[in-house]
Amino acid sequence: MSGNIIEELKQNAVDLRKTALTMIHKAQSGHPGGSFSAADIIAALYFKEMNIDPKNPNWEDRDRFVLSKGHVCPIQYSALALRGFVDYETIYTLRQFGSPFQGHPDMKKCPGIDISTGSLGQGLSCAVGMALAGKRDEKDYRVFAMLGDGECQEGQIWEAAQSAVKYELDNLVIFVDDNGLQIDGTTEEIMPNQDLELKFKAFGFETTRIDGHSMEEIVAALDNVRSSKNNKPTCIVCNTVKGKGVSFMEHSVTWHGIAPNDEEYQNALAELEGGLK
Amino acid sequence: MSENKVLQKKATREAFGDEIVRLGGLNKDIYVVDIDIGKSCKTTEFANKFPKQHVNVGIAEQNGAGLAAGLATTGKIPFVSTYAVFGSLRMAEQIRQEICYPNLNVKIACSHGGLTPANDGASHQAIEDMGVLRTIPNMTVVMGADYHSTRKLVAQAAEKYGPVYLRFTRDTMPFIYDENEEFTIGEAKKLKDGNDIAIIANGDTVFLALEAAKQLESKGISVKLLDIHTIKPLDRDAVVECVKIGKIITVEDHNIINGLGSAVSEVVAEEGRGKVRRIGVQDQFGQSAPYEKLLELNGITIENIVNTAQEMLL
Repeated sequence: MSGNIIEELKQNAVDLRKTALTMIHKAQSGHPGGSFSAADIIAALYFKEMNIDPKNPNWEDRDRFVLSKGHVCPIQYSALALRGFVDYETIYTLRQFGSPFQGHPDMKKCPGIDISTGSLGQGLSCAVGMALAGKRDEKDYRVFAMLGDGECQEGQIWEAAQSAVKYELDNLVIFVDDNGLQIDGTTEEIMPNQDLELKFKAFGFETTRIDGHSMEEIVAALDNVRSSKNNKPTCIVCNTVKGKGVSFMEHSVTWHGIAPNDEEYQNALAELEGGLK
Repeated sequence: MSENKVLQKKATREAFGDEIVRLGGLNKDIYVVDIDIGKSCKTTEFANKFPKQHVNVGIAEQNGAGLAAGLATTGKIPFVSTYAVFGSLRMAEQIRQEICYPNLNVKIACSHGGLTPANDGASHQAIEDMGVLRTIPNMTVVMGADYHSTRKLVAQAAEKYGPVYLRFTRDTMPFIYDENEEFTIGEAKKLKDGNDIAIIANGDTVFLALEAAKQLESKGISVKLLDIHTIKPLDRDAVVECVKIGKIITVEDHNIINGLGSAVSEVVAEEGRGKVRRIGVQDQFGQSAPYEKLLELNGITIENIVNTAQEMLL
């Protein structure tokens, strides 16, 4: 892996965070905390790993992406805009009347969204259906899903996990954005997840745990998945920090679902500019 | 309509089982998503004949619905098969979020509708299902009256794009229609034309309504009888024709709240004239008992339909 590509992806992640922050600031509504914890993984997927075509968002052989934690869609919308799926200027209509950029992703309104999500715990089942169809049709596409750690409290996640293993979906790659926070507090306080990597391993997944803000580790993990197919789905549990990249948002439950004011916005933008420390 | 076949009986879940095999052979995009109870829901032959079009998620309804949505995004036409009480309520929000909201081409095909799983008791009797699902945008809600009509309606559901809820009986039901009779989702089937009273029924109560209509006719009462197999989209024009008669009885194996009777009453109220009497489950849970006994406890009987008609005509 050339250092250049890693550096480019890091810059992509900066651009994603800045765009998402601006969307949320303009809308005065949205979820910055989880958008930022997911940003580096999204950058690696949209700017390197996924086989997608912005000019043909419904291309039947494309890789799919399921944002099961749908509330962090500003970071996905930013990727769609920066990759040219949508006109960059239009994304500042986030959460406005008539906008394709709904508060939670809507596949019928926004090009590049493979499934509508927003009700937590449901996206992984849809990803399993997509991956299963790909297997049955002997297609080469892969399906990537991003789960929140909080939503792993939903029983349906584990229903979906067992079906991914049963059907040997080695074309399915799950990221868990393990940022340790949910609306009412830490996951430890609200409902401890125990070790999510061990849980997925026990279900029969190929698993690994990485630093979800290290572009080197994200890219290496994805390289590893690509080179080893063993009839098992993969789960990459990512240690992340909610609000990553903006000091006053990091590790903060408060910044789960509120928008910055003008001053906070300017301060946050300045911090993001330099990339992750 | 075949007067001579009334003694022949078959459960409408058998109609689903037979028709889905025919459809699966014609179209490789037709999938069945089982939730463990394939034997009971009559999908075993499909599973054996078309293993590549079959999925069994085990006892996990929510995942079954979501997985079907994922299949549908790739152009498959999945039929999620389970019991009506689970297929409507256990996976209600998955149907709303992942199937109806994105308007995906998923069919929810459920056996054990209404009181027909009689011996199983209240836990398995689906009396709220059609009501719950008809309130979700983009959903179509259908229950055939007998074997042949159910086969035709299943075939139509496969052809029609979008979410469809299909409800079948566990128990056997008398044949009402010939196999050549055609059905269109959303169009009422007129079984009798008359002008004293209108009876509107669906599913397993159509046969009861038909027998009641015959008795009323023998008393000199002219009956219009409709099989409204599709409660959503409701055939409004057909109901308006009944409003012209002014006296309407609805009959259903479903709670009288929010099922066929409610759907018809909404039209009647909007038309601003006419009177409706709803015969159906009296907003109460069932219990383990013979199917006929449960119908009787709720007044879903030929006798009660006849008496209600006569009362309305006083």
